[in-house]
Amino acid sequence: MSAIPVSWYLALSGVLFGLGVVAFVFKRNIITIFMAIELMLNAVNLAFVAFSRAHSASGQVALDGQVFVFFVIVVAAAEAAVGLAIVLALAHTRQSLNVDRVNLLKF
Amino acid sequence: MEFISQHPVLVVSLVKIALTLFVVMTALAYLTWFERKVVARMQSRWGPYYVGAHGLLQPLADGVKFLFKEDVTPPSSDIVTYILAPFLALVLALTAIALIPIGPTDVLLLGQPVFAVSNVNIGLILLFAITSLGVYGVALAGWSSNSKYPLMGGLRSSAQMISYEVSLTLSVVGVLLLAGTLNLGDIVSGPGGQTGYWLHFIPRWNVFPQIVGFFCYLTAAIAETNRVPFDLPEAETELVAGFHTEYSSFKFAMFFMAEYANMITVSCLATILFFGGWLSPFGGHEWEKFIPVAIFLALAAYCLYSIGTDLEAILHKLQFTIVVGIFLVLAAVCFFFPQYAMPPFWFILKIAVFMFFYVWARGTLPRFRYDQLMSFGWKLLLPAALANLVVTAVVWLVMHP
Amino acid sequence: MIVPLIVFFACALLAVVGAVLLILAHEPIHSALSLVLVMVALAILYLLLGAPFVAAIQILVYAGAIMVLFVFVIMLLNAGVEERTDWSKIGKWVGLPLGFLLLLEIAHWLYHSEPGTAIANGGGAPPAASTFALSTAIFRQYLFPFEATSILILIAILGALVLARKDQ
Repeated sequence: MSAIPVSWYLALSGVLFGLGVVAFVFKRNIITIFMAIELMLNAVNLAFVAFSRAHSASGQVALDGQVFVFFVIVVAAAEAAVGLAIVLALAHTRQSLNVDRVNLLKF
Repeated sequence: MEFISQHPVLVVSLVKIALTLFVVMTALAYLTWFERKVVARMQSRWGPYYVGAHGLLQPLADGVKFLFKEDVTPPSSDIVTYILAPFLALVLALTAIALIPIGPTDVLLLGQPVFAVSNVNIGLILLFAITSLGVYGVALAGWSSNSKYPLMGGLRSSAQMISYEVSLTLSVVGVLLLAGTLNLGDIVSGPGGQTGYWLHFIPRWNVFPQIVGFFCYLTAAIAETNRVPFDLPEAETELVAGFHTEYSSFKFAMFFMAEYANMITVSCLATILFFGGWLSPFGGHEWEKFIPVAIFLALAAYCLYSIGTDLEAILHKLQFTIVVGIFLVLAAVCFFFPQYAMPPFWFILKIAVFMFFYVWARGTLPRFRYDQLMSFGWKLLLPAALANLVVTAVVWLVMHP
Repeated sequence: MIVPLIVFFACALLAVVGAVLLILAHEPIHSALSLVLVMVALAILYLLLGAPFVAAIQILVYAGAIMVLFVFVIMLLNAGVEERTDWSKIGKWVGLPLGFLLLLEIAHWLYHSEPGTAIANGGGAPPAASTFALSTAIFRQYLFPFEATSILILIAILGALVLARKDQ
């Protein structure tokens, strides 16, 4: 697998992160915004695994990146659960999933 | 021929994949026949009897019927998701079968392992990952039908599948502790495997130390595949509706096949994890090759007898002659190639026992109500699997300080 | 070495197509499905990078549980076609091109970063990380984060239960 430079993986991670940012800024549905957050987390995971590969010598593997990815996935799960519970509560009170409608605190 | 010798991996893999697909699809078709016959006999009736001798051509007739039925698509549904859902269910169910080895992974033919389509070191987790993706087929089918009853059925069914998935994975961790590896081939015959005997006659299968884990796994597997007694979201079809109400003809057939393929997958996993996979209970001696030969010859003799006495139509006699021919060919293969035929024979025998158990449960047990089902999954099965894991871990630590 | 190259480009293309479909889809359920496509493509890329366990965990947890949760919530809330509140003119004509410029810039600087160019067609390929090594690292060196995340998950379960309960 040494034919693919690690920098290509990092470039892909950057592209995915940028697309996640664009989706986060321009979409109006709360759930889609959450999914853009998950896309950004995935892009970062890819960067972590790529770096873990970059720091591995030929005999031994540097595992710290992969362990961190493990924890990022776990934290993303917890965050998705709580966030979607908030979305459910919001949908019951505001009757809409459009993030523009959640503007009661707007000055 | 040069191509074959230069690219052995590719050619052998393609042959294995084609053979696996062919065998699995035929097995799926005749599993429906088996189920209908067994359930019918349990209910004191005949089952499929007229289409072919003893109903043996019934799966073919059903297949033709499914192909030629009118394909009704509800007008206001989400077409992409509507078409994607049954394909997803079937593709995932068939992919999971590719990970399962039916024999020792070091038996080679043309330099390639012959008994496993793929032998990955993380096979067990990958299998559970593919099973967990199977929830999408059900959920998307319920959603895209754009109708109340399929939506409720789809939501209930996918909630049930997710709940029992947790218990399924936890009940297997005890076996993992004993085996020390995630590779499915090594769980059977590796260093932590199930070869050998206790007291010289009890085979060292994982079901004996992990009996609680086995029953947790079996219950969770029946719930995961949406079979009786856990099939309320699906059996609502008998009363009102289920997640595949709005599907007709071929797409319904795909859901049907996906369900049976899931049954086959969890049975394969149960035999590998708990019942020693392809290991024979007698220890792999030379004389064992006579056991399948004897069984197949006995079946061929019974078929010949019933050709003479039971069947009257010429076509039926012809079909049973073909069946006799198949049994004789199988007996010959088991006799002349024992090292290639014995492991799959034991494996398929054990899977057949599990299939019979599934069908037996279907013919016998009433189904759970949905709230009983969910509380059973979370309040009884999950603590039982966790307790099994804790006890196994403590005993393991005490025995291996 | 042609096969890893083909697999890399195919999966990279799938991931980018999935992300673009997430932005362009009209219905949230299509966005969710394209995100699942991105996750599966990334899992194959993790396999290429020598992290098989992480790839399996990505499919099992991320694509098989978290995204199912998303699909559930979309189905429960019956989130239909998104309302298209029209973007402001600044947003459309200046923001979107600037967003893509940001994307290209991040990609450019990551591509030319130090660890990236240093490991071009490097020496020996390290072996794939075994589950045993990974679990040894998690349970010995990273034991405290492991325990902390388990408490975090407990808090998240309690929080989700409380938040999603209907007022009685």
